[in-house]
Amino acid sequence: MRLGPMVPTVVKNLISKKSTRPYPFVVREPFPDQRGELYCDIEQCIFCGTCARKCPSQCITVDKEQGLWICDPFACVYCGTCEEVCPTHCLHHKGAWRPVAGERQMIEMKGTPPKKKKKDAAKDAAAE
Amino acid sequence: MAQTILPFGPQHPVLPEPIHLKLTVEDEIVVDALPALGYVHRGLEKLCDIRDYNQMVQIVERVCGICSKIHAMCYCQGIEEMMGVEVPDRAKFLRVIWSELHRVHSHLLWLGLFADAFGFEALFYQFWKIREKVMDINEATTGNRVIVSVNQVGGVRRDLSAEQLRWIDAELKVVEAQVRALRATTLDDYTVKKRTKGIGVLSSAQAMELGAAGPTLRGSGVAQDMRQLKYAAFDRLDFQPISYPDGDSWSRCAVRYDETLQSIDLVRQAMARLPEGELSVKVKGKPEGEVVTRVEQPRGELLYYLKGNGTNNLDRCRIRTPTFANIPPLVVMLPGLELADVPVVVLSIDPCISCTER
Repeated sequence: MRLGPMVPTVVKNLISKKSTRPYPFVVREPFPDQRGELYCDIEQCIFCGTCARKCPSQCITVDKEQGLWICDPFACVYCGTCEEVCPTHCLHHKGAWRPVAGERQMIEMKGTPPKKKKKDAAKDAAAE
Repeated sequence: MAQTILPFGPQHPVLPEPIHLKLTVEDEIVVDALPALGYVHRGLEKLCDIRDYNQMVQIVERVCGICSKIHAMCYCQGIEEMMGVEVPDRAKFLRVIWSELHRVHSHLLWLGLFADAFGFEALFYQFWKIREKVMDINEATTGNRVIVSVNQVGGVRRDLSAEQLRWIDAELKVVEAQVRALRATTLDDYTVKKRTKGIGVLSSAQAMELGAAGPTLRGSGVAQDMRQLKYAAFDRLDFQPISYPDGDSWSRCAVRYDETLQSIDLVRQAMARLPEGELSVKVKGKPEGEVVTRVEQPRGELLYYLKGNGTNNLDRCRIRTPTFANIPPLVVMLPGLELADVPVVVLSIDPCISCTER
């Protein structure tokens, strides 16, 4: 009987170590610079909204009045555009991905909204 | 003999994506095939109305998961041509490196699926195991595993360090050795030949007449490849298209097998000749005018027609994908085949339906 050409590969596979790992008990470390979960360093955020405007999937909402930065992680496509356009470099991708979630939850961060300029504040007061 | 109409797909074990073929059969022999598409149309082209031309880079990447980088590269080339932007040399070489890595993993994925189509599960797992190394290279160098987001209008967004280049070279050596070890099984094995030799023949005249593209065309003996257009850095790399003369499923498989090794070689060449310099240039202004660009996707010729109107949004972004071109040849290949050979032949054109329907 002639052995098929696959036989040496099969034998090699039988004696070599496993190609897979028993996830979730063993998790591979993320590569450096991997685009994982989006994170906003809210103390540095100036709520300019550039990230929300440039985002191709429109997953970021910025509320300047209340000092809110909200990201929908289920809509985020992990392209890193927001990270690049942020003027204060307060946006980062964590190395690891977000764990599996049973419910749709937003990433909400509340910071201190920037103080209004004197001219704008006077205009608001007049309107009231 | 009475004729029966059998539905093949849209859900079928061999099909990764939904395509419906209405097969007219006489006993076990196919006499006619009628394709039906439209199950995964997402309207991505229309998004250019509400997303600006920079955001569209990320959107066109999502046309196809397997060759995302190549879609984005083709789109960026079009916009750059329209706006008269000259991309830095380093960016051109980096684009070649990532696009050829995409071709390697796409062909390895296909070789696995093809083996699975004729029931060779062990070969299927083996190819996919090798592919993981290429996916790891993508993930480590671009930040994402599948949809890599490294292109931008005017250049690329990530760089490769000398250390990364050495690591890629070492990894590709392993990949190449493992792929070479499977040559005899993929192309010379008795069972593989029995299922693929002389099955689904497309002559070179038919291939030209019906407008076949990519490995389907080259498997019919026509050595035509869009990389001969010398886009990106292909003008400075040694490249000759691979073709096989028989036009059967085996030839198409052989073209893809050889192209996998050729792409690994192209990555090496690009890494060796990678010039120093900027990664991107600043793009000013808004696109205006019309442009047609073509690149070679793993499945064949990819064409983008872009029309700008001087605003941030494009007027039209028309995408023509290779599977669209390869469906008429498929319809010609099927009559006369046994029903059991249909999955093998359908897979031999490497159908990417989400690309075709966008």
